[in-house]
Amino acid sequence: MDFFGIPPQALFGQLLLGLINGAFYAMLSLGLAVIFGMLNIINFTHGAQYMMGAFAAYFLLQYGGLGYWWSLLLAPIIVGASGVVIERLMLRYLYKLDHLYGLLLTFGLALIIQGLFQNEFGSSGLPYRIPPELTGGQNLGFMFLPNYRAWVVGVSLAVCLATWFLIERTKLGSYLRAATENPALVQAFGINVPRMITLTYGFGVGLAAFAGVLAAPIYQVSPLMGSNLIIIVFAVVVIGGMGSIMGAIVTGFGLGVIEGLTKVFYPQASSTVIFVIMAIVLLIKPAGLFGRAR
Amino acid sequence: MPEALLKTSGLHAFYGESHILHGVDLEVRAGEVVTLIGRNGAGKTTTLKSIIGMIAHRRGSVAYSGTELIRLPSHRIARLGLAFCPEERGIFASLDVEENLMLPPEMAEGGMGLDDIFRLFPNLKERLQSQGTKLSGGEQQMLAIARILRTGARFLLLDEPTEGLAPVIIEQIGACIGELKAKGFTILLVEQNFGFAAEVADRFYVMEHGRIVDEIEIADLDQRRTDIEAYLGV
Repeated sequence: MDFFGIPPQALFGQLLLGLINGAFYAMLSLGLAVIFGMLNIINFTHGAQYMMGAFAAYFLLQYGGLGYWWSLLLAPIIVGASGVVIERLMLRYLYKLDHLYGLLLTFGLALIIQGLFQNEFGSSGLPYRIPPELTGGQNLGFMFLPNYRAWVVGVSLAVCLATWFLIERTKLGSYLRAATENPALVQAFGINVPRMITLTYGFGVGLAAFAGVLAAPIYQVSPLMGSNLIIIVFAVVVIGGMGSIMGAIVTGFGLGVIEGLTKVFYPQASSTVIFVIMAIVLLIKPAGLFGRAR
Repeated sequence: MPEALLKTSGLHAFYGESHILHGVDLEVRAGEVVTLIGRNGAGKTTTLKSIIGMIAHRRGSVAYSGTELIRLPSHRIARLGLAFCPEERGIFASLDVEENLMLPPEMAEGGMGLDDIFRLFPNLKERLQSQGTKLSGGEQQMLAIARILRTGARFLLLDEPTEGLAPVIIEQIGACIGELKAKGFTILLVEQNFGFAAEVADRFYVMEHGRIVDEIEIADLDQRRTDIEAYLGV
């Protein structure tokens, strides 16, 4: 049975690859959206922080003997803490300035961090094994589904939805949403907004690091793994609309799938299709599909 | 005369380069309703925002119940039991009415319960699931006052609560302030609607060019009517 002359193995294989990519787009653009909403900063360091998450997993294994599951817990905390330091030492001086300053600072930081890692580890990837619990796969009849990939799609979807729930449906989330609109007034109600901003940045960065750990067994651990991905993620953010939580999630997964399908039906366009969509969305709805005009 | 609950001395405040308050001295005693009057741009709102700490660049002294506030960030000031209701009401569009109402954390015992709040403002109860900014102007004002009554704050800073509202709503807000006063709240009010202020206030301070230039007791109101008209330019 073929679909438009495409064998189902190829179709579903690419669909799965698209979902995997989409899972990373979603987690990363979600972190960017959370950070932008609260700090008004376009965090260009995000790709480097994703890479740091993968390296944290590698170091924890090499020097600490701590495996994948520990890394999934510890790497976001470690890298998130480094984000807290960056926010306290640098970013907080930029909130009152134009977006451009935050963008330049975080872009510079990304180059510095990537440069340091590249100097130390070169550009070729370091291997990181799939945890033994998740090796192998399932034969679904129409395709072979590797367990690890199913896990990545499932866990990232769960993390994205949990983040959405936290922000849109809880008391803490109501503080975040209110402080995004009017931080001075929220602080005058007795809420420590500066600390909330710091922790939000730490959370967004931790989310990037979590994605980095998930990526380590799939893409290998390499200093440039983030910079390759982050350009696409920014296109995803532009399409979804800056600052919308659900928008980041839906657009991330959706564009991953579209990219996968393009690989099947018209492979030549697969690396540009997201940017074509971005250009069209910018022309028709400049605030993004889910964005509110500010 | 009882000791002042709030006392500002030589309070200066700045917005960027512009110097807005030039040494404000005022006192509010526990249980009083004091109204700041004066023309637009006299510094009334800035005085309230400086007391609650929303103006970072300020100097002089603001003492509340023996604590100096001038160096404290606004969240620490709020925790001492002061609450601010801004002129633009500050209802959050991304929160529904219930989330708006429950947003300010409780700072002290003795905040008003939801039953009391809904008795004062019955409209709010029916609109709890609406988006905050979908309410009418009057309902938004009620919500803005209601949410600071929950917190246990005993000192309220209200910035023009009647601005742009219909007379029937102004009456409702006047009744609310009367009830708060009876419950022992202390209120510092900024108000352009002098008729409204005259009904609820114990005392007036007149502001001009970032200073207090006169103080009028409610008992002297009739004698001072021409002065007040001159101050307000009516």
